[in-house]
Amino acid sequence: MREHRKSFIGFLAMRLPMLATLLIILTIVLIIGDFFFAGIGHVTWEFLTQPPRNANTEGGILPAIIGTAELVLLMSLAAVPVGTITAIYLTEYARQTSIFARIIRFAVNTLAGVPSVVFGLFGLGFFIQTVGGQMDQVRWDQRMKSLHAVIAAPASPVAGNHIATVALVQTYLQKADNGDWTDQATKLNGFPRGTVARVNADIVERYFRNSVELNWGKPGLIWAALTLALLTLPVVIVSVEESLRTVPRDIREASLALGATKLETIIKVVIPNSLTGILTGSILAIGRGAGEVAPILFTGVVYSAQEGPHALTDQFMHLGYHLYILATQSTNVEATQPLQYATTLVLLVLTLALNLSAILLRSHIRRRQVA
Amino acid sequence: MAKEEYQTKIRSQDLSLFYGEKQALRNISLDMYANKVTAFIGPSGCGKSTFIRTLNRMNDLIAGVKITGSAFIDGIDVYGPGINVVNLRKRVGMVFQKSNPFPKSIYENIAYGPKVNGITKKSDLDDIVETSLRGAALWNEVSDRLHSSALALSGGQQQRVCIARAIAVNPEILLMDEPCSALDPISTMKIEELICELKANYTIVIVTHNMQQAARVSDYTAFFYIGELVEFGQTKNIFTKPVKTQTEDYITGRFG
Repeated sequence: MREHRKSFIGFLAMRLPMLATLLIILTIVLIIGDFFFAGIGHVTWEFLTQPPRNANTEGGILPAIIGTAELVLLMSLAAVPVGTITAIYLTEYARQTSIFARIIRFAVNTLAGVPSVVFGLFGLGFFIQTVGGQMDQVRWDQRMKSLHAVIAAPASPVAGNHIATVALVQTYLQKADNGDWTDQATKLNGFPRGTVARVNADIVERYFRNSVELNWGKPGLIWAALTLALLTLPVVIVSVEESLRTVPRDIREASLALGATKLETIIKVVIPNSLTGILTGSILAIGRGAGEVAPILFTGVVYSAQEGPHALTDQFMHLGYHLYILATQSTNVEATQPLQYATTLVLLVLTLALNLSAILLRSHIRRRQVA
Repeated sequence: MAKEEYQTKIRSQDLSLFYGEKQALRNISLDMYANKVTAFIGPSGCGKSTFIRTLNRMNDLIAGVKITGSAFIDGIDVYGPGINVVNLRKRVGMVFQKSNPFPKSIYENIAYGPKVNGITKKSDLDDIVETSLRGAALWNEVSDRLHSSALALSGGQQQRVCIARAIAVNPEILLMDEPCSALDPISTMKIEELICELKANYTIVIVTHNMQQAARVSDYTAFFYIGELVEFGQTKNIFTKPVKTQTEDYITGRFG
């Protein structure tokens, strides 16, 4: 009886791990297989090179591909250096028992546990409203100063306490300075027109003062990228830290004993030797960041765009968000479904390609180090 | 004995070292002479490695270490005020117990120190690499594969790369911390021959567990026991007629 039970447990111990492994493989095969066969037929040249048309029910996903790529690139540019430097500080410089190092470590761990949608809200409140809003305000204040000077100049129709028609003020503003106020002058079109509508300097200034133009203080690529960078920062820090720790003490000592400073040792010995780890960290971060949608919801992604973002402040399309839109907001489910499959396939291929290139890069560096 | 043999290069005076509360070195005072090989023997944990690491201030890197007393090199206290540790380490080279080449090419390993010291001209570096490798008796073995990884070499060759790397910055003193402990007899023999050649140009301080080695390569020997310098003298005297019974017990193999 006991023998029987023992052999049963042995049987379980052997089969369960196998079963679990099979399950994982099956899941991957199913996911990739399903999307591959359902999607491949719709991944045409047009699909990859055209913007969406007709409320996302036709056309392609080029703006989403470009948007995703630029977003991930910007995010890495922010997260990888900051994360690497933090990790270097934590492993190489900070005394492990110091309060400051502990606070940083605690913050990193906490950051890793914050839900991604909270990052999105934080991005909206901090980056867009506070940082971006402040940047706009400062810029606007400067422009108001120049406006004041232009309006008060002797040539101005409203100089002193004079009153002039809106049309006259407009014409003056358009040629008054080096075109700085041209775009603003046209805004005066909102004023009642004709000979009746007369304004003085005060009214003109007040009108502009209350119409701060949003440039930075609205959702845009840069804010979405920075928000994502915050989200991926802990991933970068932890993996870079781990790789720095694997650099053996004796080669650090060898460098120091040759009269290298600590900084030289870190730059020339420690970092080159943990380059694979730093790369792995960056790739993990990119992988994590590329798939996250919640943090960019409020910070820059749009439903549909005809082109990829051209400026840091532009809003953009994103593959992950596009999928969500196709799946939930479609006006024509029949027409949208093949696009969904194809978009998913593109996203999967992009992610896999990213991982693959990372693996290749890593093995290349490793080979160069050993050979 | 000629007078010039007693030209002091390094003088340790009342040097004590504490790891936190634990005292690892107790008032060590001795002189090491220029262009001589001074060997440190003693059982494991007696402080000999700790002692030589005080001479290029490698112990500074360990948290909680406190050092009292002085170590003079050419009459200047390395623990005195205004001492630049980086410059000190350029003058006092070190070879470690476990060969620790950088995971780079042989060439890059040797050129690392000179580059850190500001030498950038390719032809200068080429010269230094060749002289250093010749100096470490390795040139003939590796001249045709300078740009392959140092890690692909044998253990003995790796250790000689480390010696070449240390002499590439042109130090005055070479500290060797059990340089042969991980090597086979033939590699050990090569390194010992090398030490005998190198002392023409360098003051060498070597820690070893191998008493035959100390007898073979050194001019002076110091016997350490539990953080104290028990006996110091000419190697031939230490090994033939030690003054202290502890020394005699150790070298005759009664303990240790």
